[in-house]
Amino acid sequence: MAFEKAKIDKAKLELVRGTLDVLILKALIWGPLHGYAITSLIHRQSDEALLVEEGTLYPALWRLESKKLVEAEWGLSENNRKAKFYSLTREGRTHLRSETKTWEAYAAAVAKVLTATQPPLPDEA
Amino acid sequence: MKPPPLWRRYARFFGPDPAADVKDELRFHIETKTDDLIAQGWRPDAARREAQRQFGDLRAVQRMGVQMGVRMERRRRLADYWSECLQDLRYTFRTLRRDLSFAAISILILALAIGANIAVFSVVNTLLLRPLPFPDSHQLVWIAPPPTGCGWSCSTYSADAYDEFRAQTRVYKDVTGYMAFTTADNLRLTGRGEPQPVTGIEVISNFFQVLGVQPIMGRPFTPEESYGIGGHPVTILTNAYWRRQFQADPAILGKAIDLNGTPVTVVGVLPDTFDFGAVFSPGAKTDLFVPLNLDQERTWGNIVTLIGRLKPGATVAQALDDNNRVAPDLYFSPRFPETKGRYKDRLIPVPLKDYVSGRLRRSLIALWSAVGAILLIAGVNLSNLLLSRASARAKEFAVRGALGASRGRIVRQLLMESLVLSGAGALLGLGLAMIVITWLAHQGSVALPLLSTLRIDGQAIGWTVLIAVFTAVLFGLVPGMRMASGNLQEVLKDSGPGAGLGRKHERVRSILVITEVALACVLLVSAGLLLRSFLKVLDVDLGFQPDRAASVKVDYDDNAPTGNASALKRGVIFQQIITRVSALPGVEAAGMADYLPLGPNREWDSPVPQGKTFSPGELPDPLVYVVTPGFIRAMGIRLRGRDFTWADGPTSERVVLINASAARVYWPGENAVDKILTDGDQKLHVIGVVDDVHEENVEASTGSQIYYPATQAGPAGAQLVIRTSLPPSSLAPGVLHALRELNPKQPSAEFRPIQTIVDRAVSPRRFFMLLVGAFAGLGLLLAALGIYGVISYSVTQKTQEIGVRMALGASAGRVRRDVLLRTLRLALIGIVLGTAASIGAARLIASLLFATSPWDAVTYLWMVAALVSVALLSGYLPARRASQIEPMAALRNN
Repeated sequence: MAFEKAKIDKAKLELVRGTLDVLILKALIWGPLHGYAITSLIHRQSDEALLVEEGTLYPALWRLESKKLVEAEWGLSENNRKAKFYSLTREGRTHLRSETKTWEAYAAAVAKVLTATQPPLPDEA
Repeated sequence: MKPPPLWRRYARFFGPDPAADVKDELRFHIETKTDDLIAQGWRPDAARREAQRQFGDLRAVQRMGVQMGVRMERRRRLADYWSECLQDLRYTFRTLRRDLSFAAISILILALAIGANIAVFSVVNTLLLRPLPFPDSHQLVWIAPPPTGCGWSCSTYSADAYDEFRAQTRVYKDVTGYMAFTTADNLRLTGRGEPQPVTGIEVISNFFQVLGVQPIMGRPFTPEESYGIGGHPVTILTNAYWRRQFQADPAILGKAIDLNGTPVTVVGVLPDTFDFGAVFSPGAKTDLFVPLNLDQERTWGNIVTLIGRLKPGATVAQALDDNNRVAPDLYFSPRFPETKGRYKDRLIPVPLKDYVSGRLRRSLIALWSAVGAILLIAGVNLSNLLLSRASARAKEFAVRGALGASRGRIVRQLLMESLVLSGAGALLGLGLAMIVITWLAHQGSVALPLLSTLRIDGQAIGWTVLIAVFTAVLFGLVPGMRMASGNLQEVLKDSGPGAGLGRKHERVRSILVITEVALACVLLVSAGLLLRSFLKVLDVDLGFQPDRAASVKVDYDDNAPTGNASALKRGVIFQQIITRVSALPGVEAAGMADYLPLGPNREWDSPVPQGKTFSPGELPDPLVYVVTPGFIRAMGIRLRGRDFTWADGPTSERVVLINASAARVYWPGENAVDKILTDGDQKLHVIGVVDDVHEENVEASTGSQIYYPATQAGPAGAQLVIRTSLPPSSLAPGVLHALRELNPKQPSAEFRPIQTIVDRAVSPRRFFMLLVGAFAGLGLLLAALGIYGVISYSVTQKTQEIGVRMALGASAGRVRRDVLLRTLRLALIGIVLGTAASIGAARLIASLLFATSPWDAVTYLWMVAALVSVALLSGYLPARRASQIEPMAALRNN
């Protein structure tokens, strides 16, 4: 494990394209959060392996909002500041479910290929 | 997340601000990050810098956020707008359902008005606006001098002139034409059971190429086929005939059909979009085309029409210049050098479209204006209905206003209601128009061009949408604005049903009704003038008696080596036929002519009265009819002198009949009977003078006419005319049987009452008269509805007042009279204004009138009488209701 850890620079782990949206949606499943809380949630939940950059987070959030997958509301943060809280909409929930399935299938398939120890059997035909 | 405190919720008091939102959101992020860093032990200013560094390009993100926010905001606003509209729509349906009778009446009124508008638009579009159904049809010109008294012969050209003209002009891509003197059922299809009559038009071989008509099967004619080279007769079928007679046989090409006993090869079938009759001879059917053999018909005089296709970019004015350059060099026939220059100034090109429907322009515009007036009346009616509803709903709107609905929102609600009404009306109207249009398109008996191509197309639907929206906005907005501008408090305070607004509305409503009456007035006067013109036209002395006479086309074979032998043979055949037919029970008289009145016609060279000299051009060219003994009597033409007899044979003295006009020209002030005409070295004995017969149309005056006996001159065909004491149709089987016995080749031709020929000739006028009349009736009905609505409403409004007056001693009769007087006053103001407008309108339609002055007093008096009686009638019901008000009930009611 130590060997592997050294290989992966945590902070620079690039997010695979398209996964940011689904991570944001997942983060919101526990309740409404503001943008800052979303980054830190993802950061902590991934054992500090994933760091969502602000420069991509907010555009992604706004995109999701315009697609009506999340909705925003102004509220007060823990430190009594006015903050924009995002929460999942019903469509967002559905979207998250289907995206999760896709992602799992994808990850499993990639893993299968990458962890293979021998070439596939030749086709019967 | 905690909800923000109340005071902080007003951050966006002045409406949404996406830019500020983005800024706030990002600032919060930086600040929280800074806080976290400070908590981790950073110094505050370093922490802030680090937070900003980690964020990266703050400005770029912010810019993107603002952009997205603005877009989202716009979308949200649009969604809100639509959802509000939907809400309005739902509400509209609910309120209209609650007031079904109002909705039904408004939709019906609108449907009638909009339907009439769509139908007339389709007619106008087809006849006037839309180009002819040929590619680049603006390049097509009709070449003929303006119409004169001498009929078709003056607007046609000889085969030689055609060839020469085509060779010498430079502005035309090509010139074509068709044989103008074809009568209906001129050919006979044999070899397929009973001989069938067929109408075949002879066209110059390039006819279809010049028009741009592509056969759907086969080929157009080739140039050789126009000059009789190649020898094999060919034909091209119209689509309708191909379907009807040959069951759309897909293998028809190359097959031979028997026309007049000759096998003719079918080389093409035309598309169903090409309707020769619709363009060139309205109302007539065409079955097939055969190539015109120019060489064979060189000696026949003026026979072809000229149709040219201009080169791209060439104008009609250039064509005229070019024609005038060529015309003086054209010969009628090069064999007669003196005929050079005969066509000088007689080759006038007009756009084909103008030739086809130019004459109808004024009628169509009048028609269009009439339906426009109908739409206005219907719209005013709608306004009126909406206003009375609005008054009844004043409270509803006042409450909505008090609850915060903006004025715009209320106007929008009212507009939505009128849009729904006019939309439903337009839909229903479209249905009505479709029925009318389909019916019109199948009116073969109406001699209007292009009528068979009528249909509801995209343009008509576009027009429908346009007038529906126009009506809704114009006539829905007036009550809407008035409603929304009402004083809320006044309405809410007032316990009566909108009593405060009632007075104000009544003025508007009165003005609307006066407008309605005035418009109806204009329509009535126009319709009245057209009706009187039509009656005058029907009264025209046609010169013959159309009733109780019928005609049938007769087939005969007078082939003989010489003209005289042929005339002898023809005489025998004709005499046989006429003797046989005259013997049938019920037949009073029978005779034949080659051309019937009000149909095709032709002229020959003019004979000259013996012993007189006229300068060239002074004598009008007479129209020529070749007839048999008995024809004059069978047609019911009055005759002074004697009729032809069978003794007037090819070898006896040449005899003719002339009409009164010709007699006046040849021997002014003298008795023409027994005078002599000379035609070359021939002497023609005038044995009688007949009345002028309307040859081309009912309305124009007639020119010179001359009748030759069929036993001395060659007829172009034979129409048997029978005068009977029985209904003409009952004779048909007997007559056809007799004809068939004498000539087995006689096709089963149509037995046509002469009256239908007259009906056809007056059909365009009847068509317009009926339409304008129908619109006037509709206008009158709508005006009556309007008057009734206003008076009835005002009686309801004044129930209390009337009650008080009756309690104070006013009699029921007095109340009734007051209401009626008020009605009459409205109507009279409308009539006065309307009469003034009618005089203007009548001047515009003056050219459509026949023997009727645009200031025809009778028409105006009838109009006043009709409007006053309709006004009184529609005022009577409310008046009676007013007089029956129970004073006590009315007073207690409030």
